[in-house]
Amino acid sequence: MSQLTEIRWHARAGQGAVTAAKLVADTALLQGNYIQACPEYGPERTGAPLKAYTRVSDEPIQVRNNILNPDIVIVMDDTLLSSIDVIEGIKEDGLVIMNTTMTGEEARRAIKAPEGVRVYVLDATGIALDTIGKDMPNTPLVGALAKVTGMFPAELVKKRFELTNGKKFSREMIERNFASVDRAYEEVHE
Amino acid sequence: MADKNYFSATGNAMVADAIRQCEPDVMAAYPITPQTTIVEAYAKFVADGRVHTEYVPVESEHSALSACIGASAAGARVATATSSQGLAYMYEELHIASGMRLPIVMANANRAISAPINIHGDHSDIMGMRDSGWVMLFAENAQEAYDNTVLAFKVAEDPNVLLPVCTALDGFVTTHAMDVCCKEEDEVVKKFVGDYHPEFPLLDTDNPTGQGMFGTLGNYYMKTKLIERRANEAALEAFEKHGAEWAEITGRPVKAVDTFEAEDADYIVVVLGSCAGNVRHKVKELRAQGKKVGLVRPRIFRPFPAEQVLEACKGAKAVAVLDRSDSIGAAHGPLALEVRSVFQEAGLAIPVNDYIVGLGGADVTLEHVQQVFDQLEQRVAGTYDGSLSYLGIEE
Amino acid sequence: MAEFGYENFEHWKLSDYPTGFVCPDGGTSVNCYTGGWRSQRPVWDKEKCSNCMICWAYCPDASIEVKDGEMTGIDLHHCKGCGVCVTECKFGALSMITEAEAQAQEKEGE
Repeated sequence: MSQLTEIRWHARAGQGAVTAAKLVADTALLQGNYIQACPEYGPERTGAPLKAYTRVSDEPIQVRNNILNPDIVIVMDDTLLSSIDVIEGIKEDGLVIMNTTMTGEEARRAIKAPEGVRVYVLDATGIALDTIGKDMPNTPLVGALAKVTGMFPAELVKKRFELTNGKKFSREMIERNFASVDRAYEEVHE
Repeated sequence: MADKNYFSATGNAMVADAIRQCEPDVMAAYPITPQTTIVEAYAKFVADGRVHTEYVPVESEHSALSACIGASAAGARVATATSSQGLAYMYEELHIASGMRLPIVMANANRAISAPINIHGDHSDIMGMRDSGWVMLFAENAQEAYDNTVLAFKVAEDPNVLLPVCTALDGFVTTHAMDVCCKEEDEVVKKFVGDYHPEFPLLDTDNPTGQGMFGTLGNYYMKTKLIERRANEAALEAFEKHGAEWAEITGRPVKAVDTFEAEDADYIVVVLGSCAGNVRHKVKELRAQGKKVGLVRPRIFRPFPAEQVLEACKGAKAVAVLDRSDSIGAAHGPLALEVRSVFQEAGLAIPVNDYIVGLGGADVTLEHVQQVFDQLEQRVAGTYDGSLSYLGIEE
Repeated sequence: MAEFGYENFEHWKLSDYPTGFVCPDGGTSVNCYTGGWRSQRPVWDKEKCSNCMICWAYCPDASIEVKDGEMTGIDLHHCKGCGVCVTECKFGALSMITEAEAQAQEKEGE
């Protein structure tokens, strides 16, 4: 990555968007990138729509305001589509990754994606329920991001996940999260 | 990002860690958004036995600073942290801390002041303390919040200063964003900061003293205020001196006034705190287009580094000042007043464009910064009058 | 810092001031003769006094002099003449007279 990549996350509070935004940042940091990650600032209310932001760059990041023109939009909950324009301000050649059971084509139509914008879908909730056993679509979505962008290898995501959570989670839970990353990596598609 | 051990952390985590490394004897604080995670982190350091600090969970900010004043007069190294309404609630104690020359270190998560109620970042809270005698440091990012906090202890306890120091970081944008940071080893920080040896510890019963004395008769009050002014002025030299030592250790430069591409710039933006990031980004972009633009950012606001600001701006054709708080009723914002006064004193007729920006966490975007640089050119061309405007707000 | 001396306090230079306007000594109020503020003074009648110490407890200027649990007199260097001791005395052992009267009595005594 020679330039600044800006990722905007759309989710409901409690789905782990901020954790995912930080996992992406920390994974990129592990391979020597500069990073920034933050929630959309404000009071937190479980279930309320929220945004989170991740910036990744080869150079120190100076810009600090909210991400208005994202390179990548990640939608963690497709029920948000009825109330929120998730692709607002997205770059012409931007990229969307959506947690949904819709097909890629259905998802494109649902968000009225312009021609240059690529839209990827995966059933991250289904994957999370199968592997982790909880509705936590955040870790699989980071696996999907690794696949779609090539930003970092899936193995690095797992390494970072273990560094962060190794003391907190059981070995089994770590392995389950690894499995969710692998499955998302395989299953994400246009 | 070569040889340093970089990691990701929020500004508040870095401030809490810097305080831990300087290890005050007493910390009294009351939680308030967006300062809360500093207090939480420090309370955990205490609970985990990582510091010897006596942590006093008081019932208000008024009590927090009162407890700090008592502890500092007793001879302890003392720290606290606050924000917004909390800082406002400390107001009367602020002057007591400085008047008694107590080297208390206080982190402030810069935030809007009610009403309307708003928890987001701006400088409306901290500008209320600018005449209180405290030394005031402004961080641009989480790393600088860490460095400033370590330096705050060193400057506060400098025998030529002996004044409370506020180490400020912008609410949310700096306090809560995860950023690339690095820190020094505990022993390195402890050695740098050293031990605090109070001149008149109240608990030294062999040498009793009277503190918080009566200064009503005669002109003693006026004399002590003059002494306090000189001590505050001495903080600039202390900041630069200890900053240079810290830079020697860390490799991170410490300047009273940070500049970026300002040397030959025709158009300069002066700003405090995190907004400087976007200005820096825009300056890079415009420089690539051949525009002679630059950034000037005071890292210390009290005492105001007048000479350094003058030196950085004197060659400019026009200067824009972005104030993140208003001084309602005055013709200019707090920072603009300082900058204009510097130019006036030096007999320079550099036109200044005034902007109030980012109140209550309003986004200061790259487009806004572009507008500011465009209007600097227009000012010189005579097509923009430069009078105070609220950036991004339409009538 | 100059040697702390109350006599030349008013002539201190800025550089003589202790940091923070600290008074670098203890118990210095002894040297401040507030007795000069009086317009009236208490007079003590030893015969009527029961040494109950109520006046001692009330006196805001610690001017009731006591030795071995018995009142010995009034510290007129520091008594401001507020009269609270007279009001509180239940035995009629204390009464107020004007300073003018007191000074006239003193002159007579000479």
